[in-house]
Amino acid sequence: MGKKLLLEHINVPGIQSLEVYRKMGGYASVEKAIKTMSPDEIVEEVKKSGLRGRGGAGFPTGMKWSFLAKPAGIPRYLVCNADESEPGTFKDRYLMEKIPHALIEGMITSSFALGANTSYIYIRGEYFYVSRIIERAIEEAYAAGWLGKNILGSGYDLDMYVQVGGGAYICGEETALLESLEGKRGNPRIKPPFPAIKGLYDCPTVVNNVETIAAVVPIVNHGGDEYAKIGIGKSTGTKLISAGGNINKPGVYEIELGVSVEEFIFSDEYCGGIPDGRKLKACVPGGSSVPILPADLLLKTSTGENRLMSYESLSEGGFATGSMLGSGGFIVYDERACIVRSTWNYSRFYHHESCGQCSPCREGTSWMEKILHRLEYGHGRSEDIDLLWDIQRKIEGNTICPLGDAAAWPVAAAIRHFRHEFEYHAKFPEKVKDTKHTPPPMPIRVAVG
Amino acid sequence: MSNQTVNFSEEAIAECHKIIKRYPAGKHKSALLPILHIAQAENEGWLSSATMDKVAEIIGITSVEVYEVASFYSMYNLKPVGKCVLEVCRTVPCWLNGAEELVSYLEKKLNIKAGETTKDGMFTIKTVECLGSCGTAPMLQCGANYHENLTNEKTDALLEQLKAENARKSYTDII
Ligand SMILES: Cc1cc2nc3c(=O)[nH]c(=O)nc-3n(C[C@H](O)[C@H](O)[C@H](O)COP(=O)(O)O)c2cc1C
Ligand code: SF4
Ligand code: FES
Repeated sequence: MGKKLLLEHINVPGIQSLEVYRKMGGYASVEKAIKTMSPDEIVEEVKKSGLRGRGGAGFPTGMKWSFLAKPAGIPRYLVCNADESEPGTFKDRYLMEKIPHALIEGMITSSFALGANTSYIYIRGEYFYVSRIIERAIEEAYAAGWLGKNILGSGYDLDMYVQVGGGAYICGEETALLESLEGKRGNPRIKPPFPAIKGLYDCPTVVNNVETIAAVVPIVNHGGDEYAKIGIGKSTGTKLISAGGNINKPGVYEIELGVSVEEFIFSDEYCGGIPDGRKLKACVPGGSSVPILPADLLLKTSTGENRLMSYESLSEGGFATGSMLGSGGFIVYDERACIVRSTWNYSRFYHHESCGQCSPCREGTSWMEKILHRLEYGHGRSEDIDLLWDIQRKIEGNTICPLGDAAAWPVAAAIRHFRHEFEYHAKFPEKVKDTKHTPPPMPIRVAVG
Repeated sequence: MSNQTVNFSEEAIAECHKIIKRYPAGKHKSALLPILHIAQAENEGWLSSATMDKVAEIIGITSVEVYEVASFYSMYNLKPVGKCVLEVCRTVPCWLNGAEELVSYLEKKLNIKAGETTKDGMFTIKTVECLGSCGTAPMLQCGANYHENLTNEKTDALLEQLKAENARKSYTDII
C-alpha cells in the first residue's frame, strides 16, 4: 500500500463533519501556520516540498506563490480552481464531496501564506450539490472560529466564499475563470500580465487547483522535506488519479508518484485490469488534452524502461513516444475501441468548448470535427488524414490560451500512433458505417521514435 | 419583449441580495452567474429576455451584460425545456461505457430525439460534455442529481420515479 496523504481518512464515518475531521487531526496545519510560522516560511516549505500544480500544467506551486506581487494597500486573493471539466477527471469532486474540510483547511493555510483576506472557491455549476457540501463546511469553520475575524487571536482575518460556474470547460483556464468570477463570459485573457500581478479585480491573485491546495496541509504539518521524500525525482508527493474507461475498478486512487503504469492498470489495488480478459489497446493518461499512447508505449518507454506514473516518465520521449501526467484523468481503452471515433468525440468536445476568440482555435476545431465526422461515418478521403495533420499543426502555439494546443494534441497523437485506423476508415467506408464497427488490428510496430 | 411573466419569490430576491454582498464594493457584477441559476430555477427552467432584464435590474447592470453571459454558458436555457432535463454525458470515457446506447434508449423510450422535449412537457433530452462522473458511466444529470452506472432497468425506474414525482428539477434543489 502506498502512502496516503489526502485520502488517509476518507473512510472514517462522519469525516465530512468538522467534529470528526478535527478528531482525525484536522486543522493542525492552520494552528501550526498561524501560531508558529511566518507567511514566508510557509512559502519556503511549499518550495522545498517540490509540490507541482495538480490542475494539469504541473507548475511548481512554491515558485508560483513567490511571484505574487505585494503592493501595499491592495488586496490579494487566493482562488481555488474547482472547475474540473477536463474529460476523464473527477478527483476534485471526490475529494470535495468526501472530505470537504481538507480543502477548507488547505485554503486557510494557503491564504495565510499569501496574505489573502478573501478567498473564493470556483466550482463548476454542474457540481451544485458539491458546492452545498463545501458551503456547509465553510459555515462550520466560521462557527468554530477557523474563518472570520481574528483567527486564533492572531489578528488575521479571512472570508471564504463559494462561486458556482455556468457550464463551460474553458473556465478551468485560470484567466477565463477570473473573468467568469467577475461575472463575464469566460474569455481567457492575454498574458502577461499574469494573475500574480493582475488577477481578480486587477489585484494580485493566485489560482490553484483543489488537490494542490489540499496538499499544502501535509506539507505544513510534516515539513516540505518530508513531503519531498515521497514520490520519485522531481515528481514529489502523492497524486490523485481518476481512472475510467475499460477497466474493472474505475475510481479515484491516491498513488505515490512513481508507481509503474503496468501495476496501476493491472493490480487489484488500483484499476484491477481490463474487463472480460480483453486486451489493453491504448490509454490517455492525463485527461483528454494529453496525447494518447498505444499499449506498448504506455507500458514501456521508447528506450525499453518501465513507464512510471510520474511527470517525467509519462512525458519521456516527448510527443513522439510519450504523453503527460496532466490532470491525472486516466482513460483506458480496450481492443474494441475505435480510435477515429474517439478522436472525433474529443474534437467535438473542443469545438464545443472553444471560446471563439482566436480564429485558429475557433475555425480549426470546427474543421477537425467535420473532417473526423466524415471519416468516421464512411464519407472520408485519404487526403483527409494529411489535412487533419496540417490543421492541428496550424492551431498549436497560435492561440491566446492552451485550449488550442489541447484540441490539437489528441488529433496529432491519434494520427501518429494509429494512422492505419484512419486509412482503414478512408479505404473501407462501408465497413465503418455502423457506429459500433470493429477497428482494424494494430500493425506490428517496426521501429518506434 | 417584456410581456412575459417573471417570477421571483421573496426568498429568491433575498438570496440574490445575500450573494451580491459576497463581493467587494463595486464588484456586484460577480453575482451574475449564481443569480442566473436562481432566476432559471424560479422561471420554469429557462431564461426569457424578460427574466434576464429582471436579473439586470436586481444586480444593477445592463441587460446586454446579462444576455451575453447567459448565452455563453451551457447550463442556462434560453428556450423552454421540460420539467426534467435529462443531461446525458457523451464524452469519451462515458462513450467507452455505453453513453451512446443510453441516449438511443432514452430516445426510443420517450419517442423524441436528443434536444427535444416530450409533448407533455415532462422530459427534455440534452447531450452534454464530461460531467466529472467518468468512473460511474454511463450517467445523466437531472437537476442537482447525478444518476450513475445506469442500466436499462435503472433508467426505466428513474423515468417512472420522475413521472410519479411530477416536479420540476433544478440545479439549485438542495439534496
Ligand atoms: C482549457 C483549460 C482548462 C483547464 N481546466 C482546469 C480545471 O478544470 N481545473 C484546474 O485546476 N486547472 C485547469 N486548467 C489549468 C489552469 O489554467 C491553471 O493552470 C491551474 O488552475 C493552476 O493550478 P495548479 O498550479 O494548482 O495546477 C485548465 C487549463 C486550460 C488551458
Ligand atoms: S485558444 Fe480557443 S479557447 Fe483559448 S482563447 Fe483562443 S479561441 Fe478561446
Ligand atoms: S466523460 Fe462522462 S462524466 Fe466524464
